[in-house]
This record gives sequence, structure tokens and C-alpha cells, in this order.
Amino acid sequence: MKLTNREELKKYREEAQKEISARNAEEIRVIVGMGTCGIAAGARDFMTAVLEEVNNRNLQVTVTQTGCIGMCEQEPLVDVQRPGEERVTYGKVKPSDAARIIVGHVMHGNIVEDLVIARFEEV
Amino acid sequence: MQLVRAHVLVCGGKNCTASGSEQVREAFAKELEKKKLDQEIRLVETDCHGFCEMGPLVIVYPEGTFYVRVTAEDVPVIIEEHLVKGRPVDRLLYKAPVKEDEIPKYKELDFYRKQHRVALRNCGSINPEKIEEYIARGGYASLEKAIYDLTPEQVIEETKTSGLRGRGGGGFPTGLKWEFCRRSPGDLKYLICNADEGDPGAFMDRSILEGDPHSLIEGMAIAAYAIGCSEGYIYCRAEYPLAIKRLKIAIAQAEELGLLGDNILGTDFSFTLHIKEGAGAFVCGEETALMASIEGKRGMPRVRPPFPAQKGLWDKPSNINNVETYANVPMIIGKGADWFGSMGTEKSKGTKVFALTGKVNNTGLVEVPMGVTIRDIIFEIGGGIVGGKEYKGVQIGGPSGGCIPASLMDTPVDYESLIEAGAMMGSGGLVVMDETTCMVDLSRFFLNFTQSESCGKCTPCREGTKRMLEILTRICEGEGVPEDIETLERLGRVIKSTALCGLGNTAPNPVLSTLRYFRDEYEAHIYDKRCPAHACSALLVYTIDEEKCSGCGRCARACPAGAITGEKKEPHKIDPEKCIKCGSCIESCKRGAILRL
Amino acid sequence: MALVTVTIDGLTVQVPEGTSVLDAARSIGINIPALCHDPDLIPVGACRLCVVEVENMRNLPASCVTICTEGMVIRTNTPQIKEARKTILELLVANHPLDCLTCEKSGDCLLQEYCYEYGVKSDIFKGEQHDYPLEDDNPFYIRDMNKCIVCGRCIRTCEEVVGRNILDFSYRGFKTKPGPFMDTTMSASDCVYCGSCVTVCPVGALVEKERIGKGRHWEIEKVKTVCPYCGTGCTIDLNVKDGKVIGVTGNPDGDVNGRFLCVKGRFGYEFIDSDQRLKKPLIKKDGEFVEASWDEATSLVASKLQENKEKNGPDSTAVLSSARCTNEENYLLSKFTRAVIGTNNIDHCARL
Repeated sequence: MKLTNREELKKYREEAQKEISARNAEEIRVIVGMGTCGIAAGARDFMTAVLEEVNNRNLQVTVTQTGCIGMCEQEPLVDVQRPGEERVTYGKVKPSDAARIIVGHVMHGNIVEDLVIARFEEV
Repeated sequence: MQLVRAHVLVCGGKNCTASGSEQVREAFAKELEKKKLDQEIRLVETDCHGFCEMGPLVIVYPEGTFYVRVTAEDVPVIIEEHLVKGRPVDRLLYKAPVKEDEIPKYKELDFYRKQHRVALRNCGSINPEKIEEYIARGGYASLEKAIYDLTPEQVIEETKTSGLRGRGGGGFPTGLKWEFCRRSPGDLKYLICNADEGDPGAFMDRSILEGDPHSLIEGMAIAAYAIGCSEGYIYCRAEYPLAIKRLKIAIAQAEELGLLGDNILGTDFSFTLHIKEGAGAFVCGEETALMASIEGKRGMPRVRPPFPAQKGLWDKPSNINNVETYANVPMIIGKGADWFGSMGTEKSKGTKVFALTGKVNNTGLVEVPMGVTIRDIIFEIGGGIVGGKEYKGVQIGGPSGGCIPASLMDTPVDYESLIEAGAMMGSGGLVVMDETTCMVDLSRFFLNFTQSESCGKCTPCREGTKRMLEILTRICEGEGVPEDIETLERLGRVIKSTALCGLGNTAPNPVLSTLRYFRDEYEAHIYDKRCPAHACSALLVYTIDEEKCSGCGRCARACPAGAITGEKKEPHKIDPEKCIKCGSCIESCKRGAILRL
Repeated sequence: MALVTVTIDGLTVQVPEGTSVLDAARSIGINIPALCHDPDLIPVGACRLCVVEVENMRNLPASCVTICTEGMVIRTNTPQIKEARKTILELLVANHPLDCLTCEKSGDCLLQEYCYEYGVKSDIFKGEQHDYPLEDDNPFYIRDMNKCIVCGRCIRTCEEVVGRNILDFSYRGFKTKPGPFMDTTMSASDCVYCGSCVTVCPVGALVEKERIGKGRHWEIEKVKTVCPYCGTGCTIDLNVKDGKVIGVTGNPDGDVNGRFLCVKGRFGYEFIDSDQRLKKPLIKKDGEFVEASWDEATSLVASKLQENKEKNGPDSTAVLSSARCTNEENYLLSKFTRAVIGTNNIDHCARL
């Protein structure tokens, strides 16, 4: 679909925003930092572990990716976002941490204290 | 062997027993046996967790699910729901004391407090493979504004007013560069993005390419509109496969939405974007070499003038900027030149992304307003030196840059101040060094890099860096002679003033700046045959302090070369002929009796 | 053409717009050393020996690629420039075998000349030197890459003058060297051995095989003539020593070719002193070739042609001319065939 004037771009943007806020209101999202730095630190293995946990428990969770946020020292980084809650970042996560984050935070909203780094101001 | 897939830990501490943990444990045992799960799920009684007011406690591993105030009636539910179906029982779960608002916000972390993310605005927040996320955050609004509301001249004017300067190293005013190219006669003009980030330790552009490719595409489209280009190239090094993959996805998405290609957003502005993969030559980051490489020639710089704005790619007027420069453009057009100009210093506006690496606690990518001091970056954002060691200096600008000593750590990071201090902004590599870094060895490292990456076209760079490298290697090996410093300075002077391209001109910088600030280290190597940082192994001497040595023999066992001998309980000795200076003995000695001089 | 006025070492000179600083300086007798510069090639500014000081310019620009602009103030001989040039020469010499005693290029070598001028000694930078095997796999010239100063003239000649593009640089840094694609041998490449690269090489890295040991450059007398091969008519200089041709070079003033020749013109002079060369006419008598005088030979040919024409008619004779003849000779033969013999049976080999 080609946007052929500014109104169409505006409409596209509004729809995208609507979709994203609806998504944030309904879905639980796990966002893995998949820049080269994250991947080098083991983000792929972590992502596999997360997907496994999610599948095993048959959870309705969207697992997605983002780029490098800059804290390469803390990679792999993963964000958890639950509807209506703030997006929280965990750092230096290992595949073995996936279960804790999924069960603790994703399923029950308990932030995994020893891994947490920060939260996003805005969504 | 039976595989145990889960452990159920029931607290057997006194207080929990008092609150009924015994019954809970029995219930588990009975229930597991009944369900024939007792082989795969092991029941364990544990000691007190010190969490008695919440007892009885049950923890299920591998997840570490923490149940509190469990009663015997809850047990079948836990088994059925959690252990069979994998769904922890919500009502019994422990609610962590960490509340959301107790977690620091990003802005409250030391690492981010002084940062200001403009070029990296979306990196780490959006999904780089989804254009809708970029657009939802206001993406492509600046392109829309430019092509609908502004003339190309106005876009250039706005960019000029903003004070944006090239982020690839030179710091040439971006708007002015665009204007030169716009005014250059010719129908066909090319827009090029230099994404051939090759400095050791630098990955600013990679992060943008991987994390927010649309910001680059939008910036390039705006520049193309301003200059009058209908075709563009992103020259990206092949060592960035993920960046290339995401760029390809992003370009395809933008084309599909009509944000690239013919008649963008229904206007008569058209712009097509290609990716050219570089084959890994550092010199291809030099603009004329980069264009030669796009043309399919050997990547070698040529003399300027003519500048790319006059005669660039395929002899057509061309504009070339790096990734970070373009990524700033949508923000300038969107938020205005004044907003951009409000950040930074008088001559260096806006922010700069740095790759912070080396002996610093928080390594990573930082984006700070220009004019922030080196001290702020290393000690506030970077969290100081690893292991509390002494800070020695920082290498700014990669192999073309220079070394700024600790004494100048209040130097503001902007184009002019860095040049004055003998370094340069470069593309933004910041390598932090502590007391264990030998400055001669560091220079040798960078000269080795520039020598192997020299394109070989001009004599001073090809032959001169070779001889500088040989001299530095000799000094590090303890074979330096007094004339070496003078020879290094002469070679540095000549290469700097006569080399053909920017890479050659700046190649001696690491040596010249360390000679300026750390001359004593060179002298120590040459005259005293000593490496003050204890880094040059050829100059190290290992000895054993007889007073402290207890004759335990650990060092002798640790020595892989059999260089340490001595009777039991008698002071040991190191044979300097056999010693290979590996340092294993120092690590093994519990009494600090081994000295490295 | 518009003129621009520049000041070089205090002297004011007017030069046509577009003139390089190097050419402007040379035009008033200020000689600036240059190794990679060749008047027949597009300047690239690679050797950096021709650096000068230009007011208001950063660093030291190479004069061969710096174009004169109005009011430009240039200095060619400051201490900084001298230091730079001397250092560059020292760097080149540090990686150059100093076997000038036996080097073919001695006396005609630019590196030798400039080292003499700048008093360059050989032992300033001691370090690694190239140790390439001598390349003599082709029949015409030797490549000694240890002597190469990487000026790139051979590459540019092959590209700009000859248009064959056989050569380019391989490798990077200190290991950079010119050569055919993938650094293979010349004999494995598509080289046609015109030898133009040999002509432009400023040092002894490229040397004609046949000349080796035959004579020093200062002993050679150059005799201007026209290439005997094809009708192009290249002006050549026979390089003569003691009455013997020891080589052929293109005459720089030659209108057609300048310094450049093809493989035959440059390397095909062996016949001059060949013992197989036919110097007198031979007439076959009783099945054996016997030397004869020119008068005897031409009389014989004339009588045979006449006899044949009378007996069998003019069309029983055919004439084949040669590409090695000049236009005038070919014209005469054509005239002779048609007017004297009376036939149109004349053709030409049309190749060399």
C-alpha cells in the first residue's frame, strides 16, 4: 500500500499508534535486545529459552526484539511489559533466568529483583 | 536413571513446622505418590528461609516459584495446576516487595542521567524491523514536513542554522556541504551514506543501523530532497550482516509505503536507495576511497579537490555524510534548528554518540550533549575505572585520534577542544586506559592497525607508518635507542603534513599525542629498559622477595617454564634465563613475595 | 586561454588557467622532484615528493595535483619541505636494494638522481625489506618488485595510454604492490607486452631483458627513425652503442606515438643484427640460392614479368604488397601493377 499524500501518512500513523496502544493494553510483551552486542552476549540463547518457557506454559505472550540501547556492559538485556504497567529492563540475563522472569514477572507481575536494571519512563 | 524434572521444597524450619509445614509436606508426599509423580518430582525438606511470618513456605524449582502460607488443602491444587499443567497458583504466590516505582527510571541511572538521546532516540525501544513502530513515534513526519512545507533551500538553511557538523570525524558543517552539492551544476547527483565504521572499538553507527534504520533512511531522504538527488547509496561494511539485513527490510518497507522510490508521498520528489556492501578495508571510510569502491574500483583515496560536491561518484556531484549525521536530520527538521542548537557548545551543537570501551565499568554507547567533559563521561556515565585502578587517559577518535591524559580530563568534548588537546572527535570511539596500559604499546597497537590498513598509495603512509611501527616495536622490546624519539617525531611530522588523505595525515596522531603527554614512558623504555605500566613483557623482570618467601613451592609448581627453584621452606629463586614472564607465579603466591619490576 | 598569476619562491609567473604548480614551477626553471608524476599520465599525487608550501593551505600539498589559482603564493624550498622530501626519499631507499653498480637503470633513475640531490644516505631506517623473487617469466621484460617504489605509473599507463588495464595494486600497507589481477604472473595475464610500463618506470623495477648488460644510459646515442613495422609510422629512437642497436624507445616528440610503442616496435629489433638477415638478393640457380647483385636481380625480375605478360596476358600476374612498406612504396607498387603490368591483381597482406 502506497501512501500518496500527507493525510494518508497521518492516518497510517494514527492507526499504528492505536494498534500499539491496544497491543500494550492487551498483550504481555517480552522484548529482547537483539543488536549485535546483545547477540554476542547470548541474546539468541536467551530468546530461545524464553520462547520455550512461553510455549511450555502455553502463555499468550508476544516475544519480540529491539536494537541496542547502549548498556552493552549489561547485555543481554530484556524488557518485560505488562498491560498498564511500565516497561522494565533486566540485564545480564542467562537462559536459566528465563523461567524466573516468565513465571515471576510475566505471569505474576513480580519483578525479579536481582536482575532488574531500570524502567522506561514512557511507553 | 530417573530424570527429576522438578523439586518441591517445603520448609522444615521450626516456625514453619509450627504453622503446619509438616502437614503440607505429608500432603505433597501422598499426593505425588497417588499421581505417580514421585519419581519425576522430588520432595525436599529445607532449613529455615528466615521468612517465617509468611510460612509455611513451598518453593518449586526449576522456576523458583515461591508459595507462601500454604496449607495441606492447597497441595492438590499446586500439584494439579503447577506441576502438571505448568501454571503457578496465583493466590499462593509470594508478592515481591519490589514495587514498580522502586525501580530506578532510565533517566535516574548514572549511565543515562547525563545522556541526551537524539540520534539514538529509538534505539533499544522500538522493533527495528517494523516501520509502523517508527512511524507511530513520529517517524517520517519530518520528511513529510520537508517535502510539503519547505523548499530545498529552506531545509538547507534550517540544517545550517542548527549548527550540525559531520559526525564522521571531520566536523564539516553539514548544511554547508549540502549547499555546495546543491549548487554544483548537473542533473544527476548522488547521496551517499558512509556506514563503513571501521575504527577499532567504535560501533555507534552499527547501533543506529541495527536499532533504528528508518531514522537513517528518513534523514537521507530529507537530504536528498534538499540537495536534489534522486539516487542514494548506503555503503555499509559487510562485517555488519545484521545491520545490512535490517536496512534491507527497512528500505523494502519504506518503498512499500511510498516513502522511498518514485513520487514520495504523492509529490514529484523521487529517491531510490541502494546498499553497497564494503569488503572490509578501513580506508574505504575515506570518502573518495569509498566512492571508488562503489564504482567497483580498488578503494584508494584520491586527491581533493575536486571535492565530492563537485565531482563525486561516477564524476557526478555527490554528498556524503555518515550514519549518525543523517540520523540527526529528522530531529532537526521536526523540532527545529533552535531546539537542536540549544544543546552543545557554541561551535559544536547537538549531541554526539560515543562508544565507551576499555578499562571503564560501564562500557557501552553513550550520547551526550557536546561540551560534556571527559570526566563526566568516564566517571559519571562510565562509573569510573574497573577495579578502582588509577585512570591514565583516554584515546579519542580511534587510530586517527589522540590520547588525552588524566590531567586534562576536564576538557570539554567538542571538535575544537579535542583538536587543541591533540586528539580529534573522530567517529566517536572512547578507549579508556588505566595504570596498566602502556602508552608505547598502545601507540604500537594503533600504528599496527594503520599500517596494515594503509591503502599503499602514498609513500609517507605506506612506508612511514611501517618504520614508525618498527621503531615502536623495538622500544617495547627494550631495544630502543635514544634517537628513536626524535625519529618518531620527524616521521610523525612528515607523514602528518605530506600524506595524501585524512587517514594518512592522522595516522601518527596516537604516537605524537602520547609523546606529548607520556614522553617519560618512552624514555623509561629506552633509557631504563623499564615499562612503567608493567605491560611490555620483554621489559619485565620477576624476582622473589626472600624476606617474604616462605618456601611453600606454589610458585615453582605454577611456573610453566620450570624457572623457579628452591628447597622446601627456603626462599625460592627465579632463573631470568628461563622465565617467560607469564605472571603465573604472582597469581599463585599467597604472600605477595613475587615482584614484577 | 585565461592566465593566472602566481608567486613561486618570490618569482611572479603567469600561467594558463588549469596549470599545476609543478608545471608552473618547472616553466620558470624551478625543478621540483617528482617520482609518480609523468607528463603523459593524469597526475595522482601519490609519491608526495613534489610537496610544496602554499599560503593558507593546510599541510604540504603535492604540487603535481595542486592547480594554480590567482594570487597563489608558493614556496618550494623551505626547511620543512626539504625535511619532508628527504624523509620520503629515505623511506623509499630503506626498502630499495642499492645495487646501482649493476642496476640497468643507473644513470637514468629518478630515485638515484633525487637521492644524490638531497644527500640521502641508505642507513636511516633499518627494518624489513621486501624479498620478492625476480619475475622473469615473460620473454620481454623483468619485473624486480624489490626495486618498485609503488608510484603506480605502470598501472596508470596500462589503463590510460594502452587501455589494457592489466595492472593494479594488490595487498595493503607495506605489502602493496602493482601487478596483474590476483597478483598472478605477467605470463598468466592478458598482457600484450607493449612495454609501455617499462618506459614509464622511474626506477629499475621494470627492465627490458635484451638490454641487460649491453650499455649504460650515458653511453647510448639515440638515432631517430620511423618504425619499420606498420603504416602507423611511429617515430622511434634506435638506442645505439658502438654502432649496434641495443634497444628501441619511442621518440617523445613523435607526433603519432610519443614514448609509447607496441611490442613489435619496441622489442622487435633483433633482426637488425641477425645472421639470418637477407642483405643481398638471392637468385635460385640449379636449385640453389646464389647471391647476386641488385642489377642482376631486378633485371631478372623485370624480364620474367615481361615474358609472362607477353605469353599469358597481364592478368596472369598478381602482386602482393606488404604492410611493412610505407604508403609511398605501396602506392608505387600499385601504380606499377596497374599501369606497367596492366592488371588489377594487387593485394596486401594487411597485417604485420
